[in-house]
Amino acid sequence: MSKILEKEFFSENVVKLVLDAPEIARSRKPGHFVIIKIDKRGERIPLTIASSDPEKGTLTLVVQKVGVTSAKLAAMQVGDEIMDVVGPLGKATHIEKVGTVLCAGGGVGVAPLLPIVEGFKKAGNRVITVLAARNKDLVILEEQMREFSDEVIVMTDDGSSGKKGLVTAGMEEVIQREKVDLSVVIGPAIMMKFAALTTKKYNIETYASLNTIMVDGTGMCGACRVSVGGKTKFVCVDGPEFNAHQVDFDQMMSRLGAYKDQEIEAYEKYLQTVEIDG
Amino acid sequence: MENILEYLKAERSQEWRTEIRKSMKAKDRMAKVRTEMPEEDPNIRNTSNIEVNSGLTAEQAVLEAQRCIDCPSPTCITGCPVGINIPKFIKKIETEDFLGAAEVLKDTNGLPAVCGRVCPQEKQCEAQCFYTIKMDKPPVAIGYLERFAADFERDSGQMAIPDTDEFNNIKLAVIGSGPAGLAAAGDLAKFGYDVTVFEALHEIGGVLKYGIPEFRLPNEVVDVEIESLRKMGVKFRTNFIVGKTASFEDLKEEGYQAFFVGSGAGLPRFMNIPGENFNGIFSSNEYLTRVNLMNAANPDFDTPVISGNLVAVIGGGNTAMDSVRTAKRLGAERSMIIYRRSEEEMPARVEEVKHAKEEGIEFMNLHNPLEYFADEKGRVNKMKVQKMELGAPDASGRRRPIPIEGSEFMIDVDTVVVSVGVSPNPLIPASLPNLKVTDWGTIVVDKETMQSSIPELFAGGDIVRGGATVILAMGDGRKAAAGMHQYIMEKIKAN
Ligand SMILES: Cc1cc2nc3c(=O)[nH]c(=O)nc-3n(C[C@H](O)[C@H](O)[C@H](O)COP(=O)(O)OP(=O)(O)OC[C@H]3O[C@@H](n4cnc5c(N)ncnc54)[C@H](O)[C@@H]3O)c2cc1C
Ligand SMILES: Cc1cc2nc3c(=O)[nH]c(=O)nc-3n(C[C@H](O)[C@H](O)[C@H](O)COP(=O)(O)OP(=O)(O)OC[C@H]3O[C@@H](n4cnc5c(N)ncnc54)[C@H](O)[C@@H]3O)c2cc1C
Ligand code: FES
Repeated sequence: MSKILEKEFFSENVVKLVLDAPEIARSRKPGHFVIIKIDKRGERIPLTIASSDPEKGTLTLVVQKVGVTSAKLAAMQVGDEIMDVVGPLGKATHIEKVGTVLCAGGGVGVAPLLPIVEGFKKAGNRVITVLAARNKDLVILEEQMREFSDEVIVMTDDGSSGKKGLVTAGMEEVIQREKVDLSVVIGPAIMMKFAALTTKKYNIETYASLNTIMVDGTGMCGACRVSVGGKTKFVCVDGPEFNAHQVDFDQMMSRLGAYKDQEIEAYEKYLQTVEIDG
Repeated sequence: MENILEYLKAERSQEWRTEIRKSMKAKDRMAKVRTEMPEEDPNIRNTSNIEVNSGLTAEQAVLEAQRCIDCPSPTCITGCPVGINIPKFIKKIETEDFLGAAEVLKDTNGLPAVCGRVCPQEKQCEAQCFYTIKMDKPPVAIGYLERFAADFERDSGQMAIPDTDEFNNIKLAVIGSGPAGLAAAGDLAKFGYDVTVFEALHEIGGVLKYGIPEFRLPNEVVDVEIESLRKMGVKFRTNFIVGKTASFEDLKEEGYQAFFVGSGAGLPRFMNIPGENFNGIFSSNEYLTRVNLMNAANPDFDTPVISGNLVAVIGGGNTAMDSVRTAKRLGAERSMIIYRRSEEEMPARVEEVKHAKEEGIEFMNLHNPLEYFADEKGRVNKMKVQKMELGAPDASGRRRPIPIEGSEFMIDVDTVVVSVGVSPNPLIPASLPNLKVTDWGTIVVDKETMQSSIPELFAGGDIVRGGATVILAMGDGRKAAAGMHQYIMEKIKAN
């Protein structure tokens, strides 16, 4: 059982939750994630630990509503309890001083990026962060990113905030301007695919954090498998970060869609019950 | 060994045993036919989760117990990995002292209701029964009787909570709540320790919960055992991954003095053939976990599962049988086993193969998959298989399957479950660089005490043996508990 201690909406569909989970908060490092299950009938979903406070024993999660479980989570209130929270899972990000790090986050990938940006900054790197979203209202965590970045570039599809264009345009701008030693990209699979193609052109070592479908998160089921450099890897234990130039993003995208029909059906059913209740 | 034989002899010459033995002539005992297990109708059970075997009635159990001639040197016991005093419990059943029979079982087996259901008796006790080896007749149904006594005790509401020694306040940790961990926890609690079981998943029970389906081992049977451990003072912490949530060092700081690792062999193997990552292709662990642990087939639960129409399950073990029969229950038109050897070499329990056939499972033995194909959405729609023939025996003693060139053909499928074995869970070894492990990733232990290369760490079950059985895991857990007790006692003496 983990109690929700704080809740704040960053946008209509993105919510920050602070949970009481002392043991995980103590053991957690940047890059780690948890698996949560809301109640008896819930499914297990992975969420990155955006930050933690070992003293207070709390974890911060940032959740984007995309389907049933994330919507149920966003509807929970301060004081409510999440039945199961397990972690920290995955391999921690390998953080060291390399020089200049270009971090790119799109959509809900921005939340998992925050601890990585923070880690690289604290390790003494120059950190430039590109945040991408469809429009102004969907840009999240900009302030927090500024705290740990030497520079933040915001890109929106419609130009309603920052510059107009895709994440890759923002990245190219930096790469052409200065030497980049390492890049980290997190976001929707399609975004990571094109971000990886961009850095590959310039031969910049790049990591992507993969958000595959998971069940247990401990290496037991293989639901999270992806092909990296021609070999099958389990994202939950071998990742979630991999060399982005070797990930088969097309396969990953296809696997993310495996339950699409069931997910849409379940979400519509859920929305109906919410309408009736509310 | 001498001692055991002496003990068995003394037990056998007790008055009640002699009396019941003499109450019927051996010839009459041998004239009886083996009791059939009452089963649910195959065409009803293959659409529901109802338990397939419904269990013997008291009458049937007594009749079956009468078949046992109570041999002077009972060979059946040598076939039991934990050495249950088999004739004694069977004779207790014959005298209709069913609770007494359960007590005998519990002397050596902490989970008789589970083992009576899932042990491969035909390879163990029943293979060594006098009827099998000397008479070429069907053995005494030891497994059915074990289950009967254990179920009787549970249903009687008079389940004895084992006595525990005085609580000694010494904290011990058990890692993993499968049969190995549960058995270790039970014995350690009996010795008076303050035992906490740490489990990575949100449910207690390991494979008994997430792997073996309800139609073969109802969760209720496992839960009763867990409840009984709780009553003995065992604490459970779910959602706790030792080595992740907290390290061994953290736990030592919290006062844990020794550890039992029963973390299992939970890692699924794939075959690494082309197309294996297409949608609709699962490991059996994923498939069974979704259905058993997450209740995915129930629309009131949030986890989805693909319930295919044309399901191929690759493999011939218990896990494969459980997967293919689950697919049938989820409504598959065709559920097929694809196995590269013949039925004779199948590692699954004989009863499961029989049940699967009755339920309409197709067996494509001597076939091996080569490649998978998918539709434009990435969902598997065909597989290429090759016919096999059997050659000389390999290292496992089973005849090696050899591909027949040019025999490849295609099968239409929409779901594939890969069930070709598991590897040891690497979480614990990865978090303990000093722990000695084999090339296979199993933990190296002393065979008697189950102590590892780290003195305060003991291990047993699948993490030591690779994929094995419930009874072996349970036996290991009990051995390790004795080893840990000795270790702690010596440590106290030394101080
Ligand atoms: C290691 C890891 C870390 C993650 N961290 C975060 C995080 O910090 N915050 C956050 O909001 N999400 C995160 N995710 C994604 C999150 O787990 C999914 O969004 C969630 O499982 C969706 O569940 P649902 O029931 O709400 O939606 P579903 O009904 O399962 O899915 C609805 C829609 O979302 C898509 N979808 C499903 N799963 C994913 C996924 N894993 N990634 C992207 N799209 C998906 C589906 O294709 C579908 O279109 C992470 C995923 C992983 C693997
Ligand atoms: C589908 C299926 C059917 C089977 N059928 C039969 C059968 O009919 N008869 C038979 O005898 N055997 C059968 N087996 C095999 C049998 O179930 C196993 O041999 C037995 O369960 C092994 O027990 P164990 O306690 O070693 O491990 P498990 O039962 O695997 O339990 C290990 C537990 O440890 C937990 N764990 C792992 N790492 C950690 C950690 N770091 N921290 C905390 N917890 C951790 C896991 O989550 C798991 O719950 C079957 C197996 C499967 C998968
Ligand atoms: S989520 Fe099950 S193996 Fe990764």
